[in-house]
Amino acid sequence: MKKKLPSILLVLTLLLIWQGIAMAIDAAYILPSPTNIIVRLWELREPLLQVHLPATMGVTSLGLLISVILGLLLAIAMDWNPKLEKALYPVIVASQTIPTTAIAPLFILWFGYTIWSKVLVTILITFFPIAITVFDGFKSTKREMEELLYTYGATKKDIFLKLKLPTALPHFFSAIKMAIPLSVIGAAIAEWLGAQKGLGYFSKRMMTQLDGAGVFAPVVLLSFVAMLTVWVITIVENKTIKWRKEL
Amino acid sequence: MLRFEGVSFRYPGDAQGMVEDLSFQVADGEFVAIIGASGCGKSTIFRLINGLEKPDSGRILVDEKPIQTIKNYSAFMPQKDLLFPWRSIEKNICLPMELAKVPPKEQGKRGAQVLEQVGLADYAKKFPKDLSGGMKQRVAFARTLLSGADMLLLDEPFSALDYLTRVEMQEWLLQQWEHYHKTILFITHDVEEAIFLAKTIYIIQDSRPFKEMERIEVPLTYPRNREDLKRGEIVELKESLIGKLRRSVSL
Repeated sequence: MKKKLPSILLVLTLLLIWQGIAMAIDAAYILPSPTNIIVRLWELREPLLQVHLPATMGVTSLGLLISVILGLLLAIAMDWNPKLEKALYPVIVASQTIPTTAIAPLFILWFGYTIWSKVLVTILITFFPIAITVFDGFKSTKREMEELLYTYGATKKDIFLKLKLPTALPHFFSAIKMAIPLSVIGAAIAEWLGAQKGLGYFSKRMMTQLDGAGVFAPVVLLSFVAMLTVWVITIVENKTIKWRKEL
Repeated sequence: MLRFEGVSFRYPGDAQGMVEDLSFQVADGEFVAIIGASGCGKSTIFRLINGLEKPDSGRILVDEKPIQTIKNYSAFMPQKDLLFPWRSIEKNICLPMELAKVPPKEQGKRGAQVLEQVGLADYAKKFPKDLSGGMKQRVAFARTLLSGADMLLLDEPFSALDYLTRVEMQEWLLQQWEHYHKTILFITHDVEEAIFLAKTIYIIQDSRPFKEMERIEVPLTYPRNREDLKRGEIVELKESLIGKLRRSVSL
């Protein structure tokens, strides 16, 4: 806790400044104060927690799950076969230059207001860091260790399972921690563009009603959930990888 | 046990060969040290023996059989311990047996025996980060032993340790060698270490590519004592070896 004190103080200071400015402007539809937002969050707790949060979480988890599977498969394939690496790596990198927000309406056009249009945006935004980070993890395997295993008669599969997979595990956790906030952003953007429920959709609806605090409330909730998830992952990571500093 | 017959080898992309028409042999159960200046190709000999590199010409035989036709004839121990940080000590030493598909029960049994022998029975459940440098090298040695090979290739295994630990590890290694009756090839650039440990010393004097290694018998019997190193003939041997090595070093 002591280590986190400076950052807690900084956040509190910023919130205080925000509160001061908001009170000075005194126009909650332009800049709601932090206390406005908390009050609004409380007032809106039922629709937010019972309808919109589950909808967004559904998109996020489904998108992340598919991204993890897809990202891992791609990383493994590229590591297994150098020709696949040569073919896929540039394409994956190039896919990141596509402005996701700009082509998201296309997905809405294809899949309508179903969950899949939003899941697709989430996948597009998260699978890249997973695939590339895990692939780099495989590549960071020490050559000497690989050779040592060869001298023990290891096969390519042995080397993958006993050496590359554990070596890449810390990278995998980093990738997940990067992907969680991105998946939330992806889901929110997609909902913003076309949805009937979800926190992104709710935020947009409040904007049309000039309800400043109502715009912020779902965003606060989203950030909180993302932070909570990353925190849980970090705990799992620390339990799983006690040897991280050794590499 | 081991025989090189006219072996030549050049690393792909190198202008100069590493080894040219090299022949030498090592007897069963012998403790052989290979000394030479750094970069002279000592480690290349090990890479050729354990099959990480293939000779361009010539043959390498173990028990009169070409090495391509046999398996698990040698076990390699590098300078760095290369223990896997995510595996406990007992899991680390069982790795070669795991790869050889030895039944898990048997692995546990043999692992425990060897850990006992190297004096680390209490550390079975610990992880590499909990051990000192000397202990890690002992674990690495245990892992090498548990590959079941009769020929151990030790590539400067103690060079990263501090002086006192190194001296202790040398005495410890001799005890292990007498206990297990393995053939040991030991690469070092430390002349004193070579004399204290080995029965036979091969010295590489040529610059690249080297064609032969001079064979020198150490006039000492086992078990050995540090005091032996102070004997006149041994001091003389040491000086002459250092002289030979210095000639081969070009600054």
